[in-house]
Amino acid sequence: MFIIGELINGMYQNIGRAIKEHDKAVIQKCALQQVQAGADALDVNCGPASREPLSDIQWLVETIQEVTDKPLALDSSKPKVIESGLKVIKNRPIINSTTADPEKLEILVALAKQYKARLIGITISSKGIPQNKDQRLELAAVIVATCVDNDFNVEDLYLDPIVLPVNVAQAQMKDILESIREFKIISQPSPKTIVGLSNVSQGSCVRSLINRTFLTMAVAYGLDAAILDPADKELMDAAITSELILNKQIYCDSYLEAYRKK
Amino acid sequence: MATEVMLEKYSGEVFTVSIGATKQEGGSRSHTIKIGGQKALPYLFPEGAIPNKPVIAYEIWDIPPVDWSAELSSAYGAALKDPFTWAEKCVRDFKAEILCVRLQGAHPEFGNRSAAEEANFIKALLKKIDVPLIITESGDDTKDNQVLPACCEAAKGERLLVGSAAQDNYKTLAAAVLADGHNIIAESPIDINIAKQLNILISDMSLPLERIVINPTIGALGYGLEYAYTIMERSRLAALAGDKTVSSPFICFVGQESWRAKEAKLAVSEMPAWGPEVERGVIWEAVTATALIQAGADILVMRHPKAAAQVGKYIDNLMVRGK
Repeated sequence: MFIIGELINGMYQNIGRAIKEHDKAVIQKCALQQVQAGADALDVNCGPASREPLSDIQWLVETIQEVTDKPLALDSSKPKVIESGLKVIKNRPIINSTTADPEKLEILVALAKQYKARLIGITISSKGIPQNKDQRLELAAVIVATCVDNDFNVEDLYLDPIVLPVNVAQAQMKDILESIREFKIISQPSPKTIVGLSNVSQGSCVRSLINRTFLTMAVAYGLDAAILDPADKELMDAAITSELILNKQIYCDSYLEAYRKK
Repeated sequence: MATEVMLEKYSGEVFTVSIGATKQEGGSRSHTIKIGGQKALPYLFPEGAIPNKPVIAYEIWDIPPVDWSAELSSAYGAALKDPFTWAEKCVRDFKAEILCVRLQGAHPEFGNRSAAEEANFIKALLKKIDVPLIITESGDDTKDNQVLPACCEAAKGERLLVGSAAQDNYKTLAAAVLADGHNIIAESPIDINIAKQLNILISDMSLPLERIVINPTIGALGYGLEYAYTIMERSRLAALAGDKTVSSPFICFVGQESWRAKEAKLAVSEMPAWGPEVERGVIWEAVTATALIQAGADILVMRHPKAAAQVGKYIDNLMVRGK
Protein backbone atom coordinates (compact mmCIF):
# COMPACT_ATOMS: atom_id res chain seq x y z
CA MET A 1 0.00 0.00 0.00
CA PHE A 2 1.27 3.44 -0.92
CA ILE A 3 1.17 5.65 2.19
CA ILE A 4 1.24 9.45 1.98
CA GLY A 5 1.93 11.06 5.36
CA GLU A 6 -0.58 13.83 6.10
CA LEU A 7 1.08 15.68 8.96
CA ILE A 8 2.78 18.57 7.10
CA ASN A 9 -0.29 20.74 6.86
CA GLY A 10 -0.53 24.39 7.91
CA MET A 11 -3.90 23.54 9.40
CA TYR A 12 -2.02 21.97 12.33
CA GLN A 13 -0.94 24.61 14.83
CA ASN A 14 2.73 23.62 15.11
CA ILE A 15 3.15 23.42 11.33
CA GLY A 16 1.21 26.65 10.74
CA ARG A 17 3.48 28.47 13.17
CA ALA A 18 6.63 26.92 11.66
CA ILE A 19 5.57 28.10 8.19
CA LYS A 20 4.94 31.60 9.48
CA GLU A 21 8.26 31.78 11.33
CA HIS A 22 10.20 29.79 8.70
CA ASP A 23 11.29 27.33 11.37
CA LYS A 24 12.90 24.57 9.31
CA ALA A 25 13.59 22.26 12.24
CA VAL A 26 9.91 21.67 13.03
CA ILE A 27 9.07 20.79 9.41
CA GLN A 28 12.11 18.56 8.94
CA LYS A 29 11.49 16.69 12.16
CA CYS A 30 7.89 16.08 11.15
CA ALA A 31 9.01 14.86 7.71
CA LEU A 32 11.55 12.41 9.10
CA GLN A 33 9.18 11.09 11.76
CA GLN A 34 6.65 10.20 9.08
CA VAL A 35 9.26 8.55 6.86
CA GLN A 36 10.55 6.48 9.78
CA ALA A 37 6.98 5.45 10.58
CA GLY A 38 6.60 4.03 7.06
CA ALA A 39 5.37 6.87 4.83
CA ASP A 40 6.21 6.32 1.14
CA ALA A 41 5.50 9.98 0.32
CA LEU A 42 4.67 13.18 2.18
CA ASP A 43 1.75 15.53 1.69
CA VAL A 44 2.65 19.23 1.70
CA ASN A 45 -0.08 21.75 2.44
CA CYS A 46 0.47 25.39 3.48
CA GLY A 47 -2.91 25.50 5.21
CA PRO A 48 -5.77 27.94 4.96
CA ALA A 49 -4.02 30.62 7.01
CA SER A 50 -1.05 31.03 4.67
CA ARG A 51 -1.02 34.59 3.26
CA GLU A 52 1.60 33.83 0.64
CA PRO A 53 0.96 30.23 -0.42
CA LEU A 54 2.98 30.63 -3.65
CA SER A 55 6.20 31.21 -1.75
CA ASP A 56 5.26 29.17 1.34
CA ILE A 57 4.85 25.96 -0.67
CA GLN A 58 8.27 26.48 -2.26
CA TRP A 59 9.85 27.03 1.15
CA LEU A 60 8.17 23.87 2.46
CA VAL A 61 9.28 21.74 -0.50
CA GLU A 62 12.87 22.99 -0.29
CA THR A 63 12.95 22.51 3.47
CA ILE A 64 11.69 18.92 3.26
CA GLN A 65 13.98 18.05 0.36
CA GLU A 66 16.97 18.89 2.53
CA VAL A 67 16.25 15.83 4.68
CA THR A 68 14.45 13.25 2.52
CA ASP A 69 14.18 12.04 -1.08
CA LYS A 70 10.64 10.72 -0.63
CA PRO A 71 8.13 11.97 -3.20
CA LEU A 72 6.07 14.98 -2.18
CA ALA A 73 2.35 15.49 -2.76
CA LEU A 74 1.63 19.15 -3.43
CA ASP A 75 -1.69 19.69 -1.72
CA SER A 76 -3.76 22.73 -2.66
CA SER A 77 -7.10 23.53 -4.21
CA LYS A 78 -5.37 26.29 -6.19
CA PRO A 79 -3.54 25.16 -9.36
CA LYS A 80 -1.25 28.23 -9.13
CA VAL A 81 0.03 27.05 -5.73
CA ILE A 82 0.66 23.54 -7.07
CA GLU A 83 2.49 24.95 -10.09
CA SER A 84 4.66 27.05 -7.83
CA GLY A 85 5.62 23.95 -5.82
CA LEU A 86 6.32 21.95 -8.98
CA LYS A 87 8.96 24.47 -10.02
CA VAL A 88 11.25 23.60 -7.10
CA ILE A 89 10.50 19.91 -6.61
CA LYS A 90 13.40 17.51 -7.30
CA ASN A 91 11.83 14.07 -7.29
CA ARG A 92 8.81 12.80 -9.14
CA PRO A 93 5.91 14.88 -7.76
CA ILE A 94 2.34 14.01 -6.84
CA ILE A 95 -0.36 16.58 -7.58
CA ASN A 96 -3.04 16.70 -4.88
CA SER A 97 -5.49 17.30 -6.45
CA THR A 98 -7.82 18.00 -9.35
CA THR A 99 -11.60 17.88 -9.23
CA ALA A 100 -13.80 16.73 -12.11
CA ASP A 101 -14.32 20.33 -13.27
CA PRO A 102 -13.12 20.73 -16.89
CA GLU A 103 -11.27 24.02 -16.35
CA LYS A 104 -9.30 22.58 -13.43
CA LEU A 105 -8.69 19.24 -15.10
CA GLU A 106 -7.31 20.94 -18.18
CA ILE A 107 -4.68 22.86 -16.24
CA LEU A 108 -3.68 20.09 -13.82
CA VAL A 109 -3.52 17.22 -16.33
CA ALA A 110 -1.26 19.41 -18.47
CA LEU A 111 0.94 20.20 -15.46
CA ALA A 112 1.06 16.53 -14.44
CA LYS A 113 2.22 15.64 -17.95
CA GLN A 114 4.77 18.41 -18.03
CA TYR A 115 6.31 17.43 -14.69
CA LYS A 116 5.78 13.64 -15.13
CA ALA A 117 3.76 13.77 -11.92
CA ARG A 118 1.26 11.37 -10.45
CA LEU A 119 -2.17 12.97 -10.23
CA ILE A 120 -4.84 12.62 -7.56
CA GLY A 121 -8.36 13.17 -8.88
CA ILE A 122 -11.17 13.69 -6.39
CA THR A 123 -14.69 12.89 -7.49
CA ILE A 124 -16.29 16.23 -6.73
CA SER A 125 -17.19 19.10 -9.00
CA SER A 126 -18.42 22.67 -8.67
CA LYS A 127 -21.90 21.16 -8.36
CA GLY A 128 -20.85 19.78 -4.98
CA ILE A 129 -20.13 16.53 -3.24
CA PRO A 130 -21.62 13.37 -4.78
CA GLN A 131 -24.43 11.76 -2.85
CA ASN A 132 -24.12 8.17 -4.06
CA LYS A 133 -22.00 5.68 -5.98
CA ASP A 134 -23.37 6.53 -9.45
CA GLN A 135 -22.51 10.19 -9.08
CA ARG A 136 -18.99 9.22 -7.96
CA LEU A 137 -18.54 6.91 -10.96
CA GLU A 138 -19.78 9.57 -13.34
CA LEU A 139 -17.26 12.11 -12.03
CA ALA A 140 -14.51 9.47 -12.04
CA ALA A 141 -15.30 8.70 -15.68
CA VAL A 142 -14.94 12.39 -16.58
CA ILE A 143 -11.50 12.51 -14.94
CA VAL A 144 -10.34 9.27 -16.59
CA ALA A 145 -11.64 10.39 -20.00
CA THR A 146 -9.78 13.69 -19.76
CA CYS A 147 -6.56 11.87 -18.89
CA VAL A 148 -6.98 9.45 -21.80
CA ASP A 149 -7.80 12.29 -24.23
CA ASN A 150 -4.63 14.10 -23.17
CA ASP A 151 -2.39 11.00 -23.29
CA PHE A 152 -1.82 11.05 -19.55
CA ASN A 153 -0.98 7.55 -18.28
CA VAL A 154 -4.08 6.36 -16.38
CA GLU A 155 -1.89 4.17 -14.16
CA ASP A 156 -0.48 7.41 -12.70
CA LEU A 157 -3.98 8.62 -11.82
CA TYR A 158 -5.23 8.10 -8.24
CA LEU A 159 -9.01 8.45 -7.90
CA ASP A 160 -10.40 9.55 -4.54
CA PRO A 161 -14.10 8.74 -3.89
CA ILE A 162 -14.24 11.48 -1.20
CA VAL A 163 -14.54 9.94 2.21
CA LEU A 164 -17.16 11.67 4.33
CA PRO A 165 -17.35 11.62 8.14
CA VAL A 166 -19.21 8.55 9.37
CA ASN A 167 -21.18 10.68 11.81
CA VAL A 168 -22.44 12.89 8.97
CA ALA A 169 -22.94 10.50 6.05
CA GLN A 170 -23.31 7.03 7.51
CA ALA A 171 -25.63 5.98 4.68
CA GLN A 172 -22.89 6.68 2.11
CA MET A 173 -20.11 4.55 3.58
CA LYS A 174 -21.01 1.42 1.61
CA ASP A 175 -21.24 3.41 -1.62
CA ILE A 176 -17.82 4.91 -0.97
CA LEU A 177 -16.27 1.48 -0.45
CA GLU A 178 -17.95 0.04 -3.53
CA SER A 179 -16.77 3.01 -5.59
CA ILE A 180 -13.18 2.02 -4.83
CA ARG A 181 -13.74 -1.35 -6.49
CA GLU A 182 -15.70 0.05 -9.43
CA PHE A 183 -13.23 2.86 -10.20
CA LYS A 184 -10.80 0.11 -11.14
CA ILE A 185 -13.02 -1.14 -13.98
CA ILE A 186 -13.53 2.24 -15.66
CA SER A 187 -10.57 1.70 -17.94
CA GLN A 188 -7.89 -0.78 -18.88
CA PRO A 189 -5.20 -0.28 -17.60
CA SER A 190 -6.96 0.64 -14.36
CA PRO A 191 -6.59 3.91 -12.54
CA LYS A 192 -5.35 3.61 -8.96
CA THR A 193 -7.47 4.48 -5.92
CA ILE A 194 -6.72 6.61 -2.90
CA VAL A 195 -8.54 7.98 0.15
CA GLY A 196 -7.91 10.89 2.46
CA LEU A 197 -8.55 8.70 5.46
CA SER A 198 -8.82 10.93 8.50
CA ASN A 199 -11.99 12.59 7.26
CA VAL A 200 -13.95 9.42 8.01
CA SER A 201 -13.60 10.02 11.75
CA GLN A 202 -13.87 13.83 11.72
CA GLY A 203 -15.89 14.95 14.72
CA SER A 204 -16.22 11.51 16.28
CA CYS A 205 -14.62 10.51 19.55
CA VAL A 206 -12.91 7.18 18.76
CA ARG A 207 -11.02 8.44 15.74
CA SER A 208 -8.16 5.97 15.57
CA LEU A 209 -10.41 2.89 15.67
CA ILE A 210 -12.75 4.27 13.03
CA ASN A 211 -9.80 5.19 10.81
CA ARG A 212 -8.22 1.77 10.92
CA THR A 213 -11.49 -0.12 10.54
CA PHE A 214 -12.39 1.90 7.46
CA LEU A 215 -8.90 1.48 6.03
CA THR A 216 -9.00 -2.30 6.53
CA MET A 217 -12.33 -2.48 4.72
CA ALA A 218 -11.13 -0.20 1.94
CA VAL A 219 -8.04 -2.38 1.41
CA ALA A 220 -10.37 -5.35 0.97
CA TYR A 221 -12.18 -3.36 -1.73
CA GLY A 222 -8.87 -2.91 -3.58
CA LEU A 223 -7.55 0.42 -2.27
CA ASP A 224 -4.04 1.24 -3.59
CA ALA A 225 -3.03 4.28 -1.54
CA ALA A 226 -4.04 6.40 1.43
CA ILE A 227 -3.25 9.80 2.88
CA LEU A 228 -3.09 9.23 6.61
CA ASP A 229 -1.22 9.74 9.86
CA PRO A 230 1.66 7.24 9.71
CA ALA A 231 2.53 7.98 13.34
CA ASP A 232 -0.62 6.04 14.29
CA LYS A 233 1.17 2.70 14.71
CA GLU A 234 -1.98 0.63 15.13
CA LEU A 235 -3.32 2.11 11.91
CA MET A 236 -0.14 1.22 10.03
CA ASP A 237 -0.16 -2.28 11.54
CA ALA A 238 -3.76 -2.73 10.37
CA ALA A 239 -2.84 -1.62 6.84
CA ILE A 240 0.11 -4.02 6.70
CA THR A 241 -1.98 -6.89 8.09
CA SER A 242 -4.79 -6.22 5.62
CA GLU A 243 -2.36 -6.65 2.75
CA LEU A 244 -1.00 -9.79 4.37
CA ILE A 245 -4.52 -11.26 4.49
CA LEU A 246 -4.88 -10.45 0.79
CA ASN A 247 -1.65 -12.39 0.06
CA LYS A 248 0.19 -9.29 -1.10
CA GLN A 249 3.06 -10.00 1.33
CA ILE A 250 4.56 -13.34 2.28
CA TYR A 251 3.74 -14.26 5.88
CA CYS A 252 6.44 -14.70 8.49
CA ASP A 253 6.29 -14.30 12.27
CA SER A 254 7.90 -10.86 12.03
CA TYR A 255 5.83 -9.69 9.06
CA LEU A 256 5.24 -6.22 10.53
CA GLU A 257 8.97 -5.68 10.90
CA ALA A 258 9.59 -7.23 7.48
CA TYR A 259 7.21 -4.74 5.85
CA ARG A 260 8.98 -1.83 7.52
CA LYS A 261 12.37 -3.11 6.33
CA LYS A 262 11.35 -3.06 2.67
CA MET B 1 -1.42 -9.08 -37.55
CA ALA B 2 1.79 -9.01 -35.57
CA THR B 3 1.62 -10.48 -32.07
CA GLU B 4 2.54 -8.09 -29.31
CA VAL B 5 4.71 -9.70 -26.63
CA MET B 6 3.56 -8.65 -23.17
CA LEU B 7 6.57 -7.98 -20.96
CA GLU B 8 6.44 -7.74 -17.17
CA LYS B 9 8.27 -4.87 -15.47
CA TYR B 10 9.55 -5.43 -11.95
CA SER B 11 10.58 -2.87 -9.36
CA GLY B 12 12.73 -5.12 -7.16
CA GLU B 13 15.86 -7.16 -7.69
CA VAL B 14 17.79 -10.02 -6.13
CA PHE B 15 20.78 -8.97 -4.00
CA THR B 16 24.19 -9.53 -5.55
CA VAL B 17 26.40 -11.63 -3.27
CA SER B 18 30.17 -11.77 -3.84
CA ILE B 19 32.03 -14.88 -2.75
CA GLY B 20 35.81 -14.94 -2.51
CA ALA B 21 38.12 -11.97 -1.90
CA THR B 22 41.12 -11.40 -4.16
CA LYS B 23 44.51 -10.03 -3.02
CA GLN B 24 43.38 -6.49 -3.81
CA GLU B 25 40.37 -7.03 -1.55
CA GLY B 26 42.35 -8.43 1.36
CA GLY B 27 41.97 -12.14 0.59
CA SER B 28 43.97 -14.64 -1.45
CA ARG B 29 41.46 -15.99 -4.00
CA SER B 30 42.26 -15.90 -7.72
CA HIS B 31 38.79 -14.59 -8.54
CA THR B 32 35.44 -13.58 -7.08
CA ILE B 33 32.19 -15.36 -7.84
CA LYS B 34 29.19 -13.04 -8.10
CA ILE B 35 25.68 -14.45 -7.86
CA GLY B 36 22.21 -12.89 -7.88
CA GLY B 37 21.39 -9.43 -9.21
CA GLN B 38 18.45 -10.63 -11.31
CA LYS B 39 15.75 -8.12 -12.26
CA ALA B 40 13.48 -10.68 -13.92
CA LEU B 41 12.26 -14.26 -13.49
CA PRO B 42 14.80 -16.90 -14.52
CA TYR B 43 16.18 -16.33 -18.02
CA LEU B 44 13.36 -14.10 -19.28
CA PHE B 45 16.08 -11.88 -20.71
CA PRO B 46 13.73 -9.41 -22.45
CA GLU B 47 12.07 -8.56 -19.12
CA GLY B 48 15.13 -7.53 -17.14
CA ALA B 49 18.83 -7.99 -16.44
CA ILE B 50 20.21 -11.43 -15.55
CA PRO B 51 23.77 -10.23 -14.88
CA ASN B 52 25.27 -13.41 -13.39
CA LYS B 53 25.14 -17.02 -14.53
CA PRO B 54 24.30 -19.80 -12.09
CA VAL B 55 27.50 -21.41 -10.78
CA ILE B 56 28.35 -25.02 -10.11
CA ALA B 57 30.18 -25.69 -6.86
CA TYR B 58 31.94 -29.05 -6.66
CA GLU B 59 31.26 -30.77 -3.35
CA ILE B 60 34.25 -32.16 -1.49
CA TRP B 61 34.57 -33.57 2.04
CA ASP B 62 37.25 -33.31 4.68
CA ILE B 63 37.10 -37.12 5.10
CA PRO B 64 36.58 -39.86 2.49
CA PRO B 65 32.84 -39.89 1.80
CA VAL B 66 30.94 -42.55 3.67
CA ASP B 67 27.77 -43.11 1.66
CA TRP B 68 28.70 -42.41 -1.95
CA SER B 69 27.68 -44.95 -4.57
CA ALA B 70 30.31 -46.93 -6.46
CA GLU B 71 29.66 -45.01 -9.67
CA LEU B 72 29.95 -41.65 -7.96
CA SER B 73 33.13 -42.64 -6.11
CA SER B 74 34.74 -44.03 -9.25
CA ALA B 75 34.53 -40.59 -10.87
CA TYR B 76 37.20 -39.37 -8.44
CA GLY B 77 39.05 -42.65 -7.71
CA ALA B 78 41.89 -42.51 -5.19
CA ALA B 79 41.60 -38.73 -4.88
CA LEU B 80 38.68 -39.20 -2.45
CA LYS B 81 41.16 -40.42 0.15
CA ASP B 82 42.84 -37.05 0.46
CA PRO B 83 40.79 -33.83 0.48
CA PHE B 84 43.67 -31.77 -0.94
CA THR B 85 44.16 -34.11 -3.91
CA TRP B 86 40.38 -34.19 -4.34
CA ALA B 87 40.13 -30.39 -4.31
CA GLU B 88 43.01 -30.03 -6.77
CA LYS B 89 41.46 -32.58 -9.10
CA CYS B 90 38.19 -30.59 -9.16
CA VAL B 91 39.99 -27.36 -9.97
CA ARG B 92 42.63 -28.75 -12.36
CA ASP B 93 40.78 -31.55 -14.18
CA PHE B 94 37.18 -30.37 -13.98
CA LYS B 95 37.81 -26.59 -14.01
CA ALA B 96 35.74 -25.99 -10.87
CA GLU B 97 35.28 -22.23 -10.28
CA ILE B 98 34.27 -22.72 -6.65
CA LEU B 99 34.35 -25.60 -4.18
CA CYS B 100 31.92 -26.54 -1.42
CA VAL B 101 33.73 -28.27 1.41
CA ARG B 102 31.63 -30.24 3.86
CA LEU B 103 33.19 -30.67 7.30
CA GLN B 104 31.68 -34.11 7.86
CA GLY B 105 34.75 -35.20 9.84
CA ALA B 106 33.79 -32.88 12.69
CA HIS B 107 30.69 -34.94 13.41
CA PRO B 108 31.00 -37.03 16.60
CA GLU B 109 30.10 -40.15 14.62
CA PHE B 110 32.43 -39.48 11.69
CA GLY B 111 35.78 -38.77 13.26
CA ASN B 112 34.93 -36.02 15.77
CA ARG B 113 37.67 -33.69 14.57
CA SER B 114 38.22 -30.70 16.82
CA ALA B 115 37.56 -27.07 15.94
CA ALA B 116 41.32 -26.44 15.82
CA GLU B 117 41.91 -29.39 13.47
CA GLU B 118 39.17 -28.22 11.08
CA ALA B 119 40.42 -24.62 11.21
CA ASN B 120 43.91 -25.82 10.29
CA PHE B 121 42.46 -27.93 7.51
CA ILE B 122 40.66 -24.89 6.06
CA LYS B 123 43.84 -22.81 6.30
CA ALA B 124 45.81 -25.50 4.47
CA LEU B 125 43.10 -25.92 1.85
CA LEU B 126 43.08 -22.16 1.18
CA LYS B 127 46.84 -22.37 0.56
CA LYS B 128 46.51 -25.39 -1.74
CA ILE B 129 43.78 -24.04 -4.02
CA ASP B 130 42.90 -20.47 -4.90
CA VAL B 131 39.21 -20.66 -5.92
CA PRO B 132 36.52 -19.28 -3.57
CA LEU B 133 35.15 -21.71 -0.99
CA ILE B 134 31.81 -22.62 0.51
CA ILE B 135 32.11 -24.27 3.93
CA THR B 136 29.22 -26.37 5.26
CA GLU B 137 28.45 -28.10 8.51
CA SER B 138 28.72 -31.65 9.79
CA GLY B 139 25.09 -31.74 10.90
CA ASP B 140 25.74 -31.83 14.65
CA ASP B 141 24.60 -28.43 15.97
CA THR B 142 26.69 -28.40 19.14
CA LYS B 143 29.85 -29.37 17.31
CA ASP B 144 29.18 -27.09 14.35
CA ASN B 145 28.83 -24.13 16.71
CA GLN B 146 32.45 -24.72 17.78
CA VAL B 147 33.90 -25.70 14.41
CA LEU B 148 32.33 -23.16 12.06
CA PRO B 149 33.37 -20.03 14.04
CA ALA B 150 36.94 -21.40 14.21
CA CYS B 151 36.92 -21.93 10.43
CA CYS B 152 35.46 -18.45 9.86
CA GLU B 153 38.35 -17.00 11.82
CA ALA B 154 40.92 -19.17 10.01
CA ALA B 155 39.58 -17.78 6.71
CA LYS B 156 39.16 -14.19 7.92
CA GLY B 157 39.06 -11.72 5.03
CA GLU B 158 38.56 -14.41 2.33
CA ARG B 159 34.83 -13.54 2.06
CA LEU B 160 33.66 -17.16 1.86
CA LEU B 161 30.13 -18.53 2.09
CA VAL B 162 29.56 -20.44 5.33
CA GLY B 163 26.58 -22.48 6.48
CA SER B 164 24.19 -23.27 7.63
CA ALA B 165 22.18 -21.07 9.93
CA ALA B 166 18.73 -22.39 10.88
CA GLN B 167 15.80 -20.78 12.67
CA ASP B 168 16.67 -22.47 15.98
CA ASN B 169 20.45 -22.15 15.58
CA TYR B 170 21.70 -19.03 13.81
CA LYS B 171 23.23 -16.67 16.36
CA THR B 172 26.67 -18.25 16.80
CA LEU B 173 27.29 -18.61 13.09
CA ALA B 174 25.85 -15.19 12.21
CA ALA B 175 28.14 -13.52 14.76
CA ALA B 176 31.21 -15.36 13.42
CA VAL B 177 30.38 -14.62 9.79
CA LEU B 178 29.82 -10.96 10.64
CA ALA B 179 33.07 -10.66 12.58
CA ASP B 180 35.24 -12.33 9.93
CA GLY B 181 33.72 -10.80 6.79
CA HIS B 182 32.02 -13.81 5.22
CA ASN B 183 28.58 -14.56 3.75
CA ILE B 184 26.06 -16.90 5.38
CA ILE B 185 23.77 -19.71 4.21
CA ALA B 186 20.29 -19.48 5.78
CA GLU B 187 18.58 -22.85 5.65
CA SER B 188 14.83 -23.41 5.93
CA PRO B 189 12.90 -26.68 5.61
CA ILE B 190 11.04 -26.12 2.29
CA ASP B 191 9.10 -23.34 4.03
CA ILE B 192 8.97 -19.82 2.64
CA ASN B 193 7.63 -18.31 5.88
CA ILE B 194 10.61 -19.64 7.82
CA ALA B 195 13.02 -18.58 5.07
CA LYS B 196 11.72 -15.02 5.37
CA GLN B 197 11.71 -15.09 9.18
CA LEU B 198 15.29 -16.40 9.33
CA ASN B 199 16.51 -13.65 7.00
CA ILE B 200 14.96 -11.07 9.32
CA LEU B 201 16.45 -12.70 12.43
CA ILE B 202 19.92 -12.75 10.84
CA SER B 203 19.69 -9.18 9.59
CA ASP B 204 18.56 -8.11 13.09
CA MET B 205 22.04 -9.22 14.21
CA SER B 206 23.50 -6.55 11.89
CA LEU B 207 24.53 -9.01 9.19
CA PRO B 208 23.15 -7.26 6.10
CA LEU B 209 20.59 -9.01 3.89
CA GLU B 210 23.11 -8.57 1.05
CA ARG B 211 25.31 -11.23 2.66
CA ILE B 212 22.70 -13.98 2.94
CA VAL B 213 22.23 -16.90 0.55
CA ILE B 214 19.05 -18.94 1.06
CA ASN B 215 19.18 -22.73 1.11
CA PRO B 216 15.48 -23.45 0.52
CA THR B 217 16.11 -27.22 0.97
CA ILE B 218 15.40 -29.11 -2.20
CA GLY B 219 14.19 -32.53 -3.14
CA ALA B 220 15.62 -34.39 -6.12
CA LEU B 221 13.61 -35.32 -9.19
CA GLY B 222 10.79 -37.55 -7.95
CA TYR B 223 11.41 -36.59 -4.32
CA GLY B 224 9.68 -33.24 -3.91
CA LEU B 225 11.53 -31.20 -6.53
CA GLU B 226 8.28 -29.39 -7.35
CA TYR B 227 7.79 -28.23 -3.73
CA ALA B 228 11.19 -26.57 -3.73
CA TYR B 229 10.50 -25.20 -7.20
CA THR B 230 7.27 -23.44 -6.16
CA ILE B 231 8.85 -22.01 -3.01
CA MET B 232 11.76 -20.60 -4.97
CA GLU B 233 9.42 -19.18 -7.59
CA ARG B 234 7.15 -17.53 -5.01
CA SER B 235 10.10 -16.08 -3.16
CA ARG B 236 11.57 -14.72 -6.41
CA LEU B 237 8.26 -13.11 -7.39
CA ALA B 238 8.10 -11.38 -4.00
CA ALA B 239 11.72 -10.26 -4.37
CA LEU B 240 11.02 -8.79 -7.79
CA ALA B 241 7.98 -7.00 -6.34
CA GLY B 242 10.30 -5.35 -3.82
CA ASP B 243 10.33 -7.56 -0.70
CA LYS B 244 13.97 -7.29 0.36
CA THR B 245 13.59 -9.88 3.12
CA VAL B 246 13.34 -12.66 0.50
CA SER B 247 15.64 -11.10 -2.12
CA SER B 248 18.55 -13.45 -1.47
CA PRO B 249 20.11 -15.75 -4.07
CA PHE B 250 19.58 -19.52 -3.67
CA ILE B 251 22.03 -22.33 -3.02
CA CYS B 252 20.77 -25.84 -3.85
CA PHE B 253 22.44 -29.03 -2.66
CA VAL B 254 21.70 -30.93 -5.83
CA GLY B 255 24.33 -33.68 -5.56
CA GLN B 256 23.48 -34.62 -2.00
CA GLU B 257 19.76 -34.99 -2.77
CA SER B 258 20.05 -36.57 -6.23
CA TRP B 259 22.40 -39.34 -5.13
CA ARG B 260 20.06 -40.30 -2.30
CA ALA B 261 17.44 -41.32 -4.87
CA LYS B 262 17.30 -45.07 -5.47
CA GLU B 263 16.89 -44.30 -9.17
CA ALA B 264 20.39 -42.78 -9.08
CA LYS B 265 22.25 -45.51 -7.27
CA LEU B 266 20.48 -48.86 -7.59
CA ALA B 267 22.61 -51.37 -9.59
CA VAL B 268 21.34 -52.57 -12.96
CA SER B 269 21.45 -56.13 -11.62
CA GLU B 270 18.72 -55.22 -9.13
CA MET B 271 16.58 -53.29 -11.61
CA PRO B 272 17.43 -54.43 -15.17
CA ALA B 273 14.63 -52.36 -16.74
CA TRP B 274 16.25 -49.11 -15.56
CA GLY B 275 19.43 -49.58 -17.53
CA PRO B 276 23.03 -49.10 -16.38
CA GLU B 277 23.49 -47.08 -13.18
CA VAL B 278 26.63 -45.58 -14.70
CA GLU B 279 24.39 -43.26 -16.76
CA ARG B 280 21.34 -43.11 -14.54
CA GLY B 281 22.85 -41.30 -11.58
CA VAL B 282 24.47 -38.66 -13.78
CA ILE B 283 21.15 -38.05 -15.55
CA TRP B 284 19.29 -37.83 -12.24
CA GLU B 285 21.68 -35.21 -10.91
CA ALA B 286 21.77 -33.21 -14.16
CA VAL B 287 17.99 -33.13 -14.58
CA THR B 288 17.46 -32.06 -10.97
CA ALA B 289 20.00 -29.28 -11.44
CA THR B 290 18.53 -27.94 -14.69
CA ALA B 291 15.00 -27.86 -13.24
CA LEU B 292 16.26 -25.89 -10.26
CA ILE B 293 18.11 -23.48 -12.54
CA GLN B 294 14.73 -22.70 -14.08
CA ALA B 295 13.36 -22.12 -10.57
CA GLY B 296 16.06 -19.54 -9.93
CA ALA B 297 18.95 -21.47 -8.34
CA ASP B 298 22.16 -19.41 -8.19
CA ILE B 299 24.60 -21.98 -6.78
CA LEU B 300 24.28 -25.69 -7.54
CA VAL B 301 26.37 -27.87 -5.26
CA MET B 302 27.07 -30.94 -7.39
CA ARG B 303 28.90 -34.25 -7.06
CA HIS B 304 29.43 -36.11 -10.33
CA PRO B 305 31.82 -34.35 -12.73
CA LYS B 306 29.92 -35.66 -15.76
CA ALA B 307 26.65 -34.25 -14.46
CA ALA B 308 28.39 -30.98 -13.65
CA ALA B 309 29.84 -30.82 -17.17
CA GLN B 310 26.43 -31.38 -18.76
CA VAL B 311 24.82 -28.74 -16.59
CA GLY B 312 27.72 -26.38 -17.35
CA LYS B 313 26.93 -26.69 -21.06
CA TYR B 314 23.25 -26.11 -20.37
CA ILE B 315 24.10 -22.92 -18.47
CA ASP B 316 26.33 -21.66 -21.30
CA ASN B 317 23.54 -22.22 -23.84
CA LEU B 318 21.07 -20.45 -21.58
CA MET B 319 23.27 -17.40 -21.04
CA VAL B 320 24.08 -17.03 -24.76
CA ARG B 321 20.46 -16.03 -25.30
CA GLY B 322 20.95 -13.04 -23.03
CA LYS B 323 23.74 -11.61 -25.15
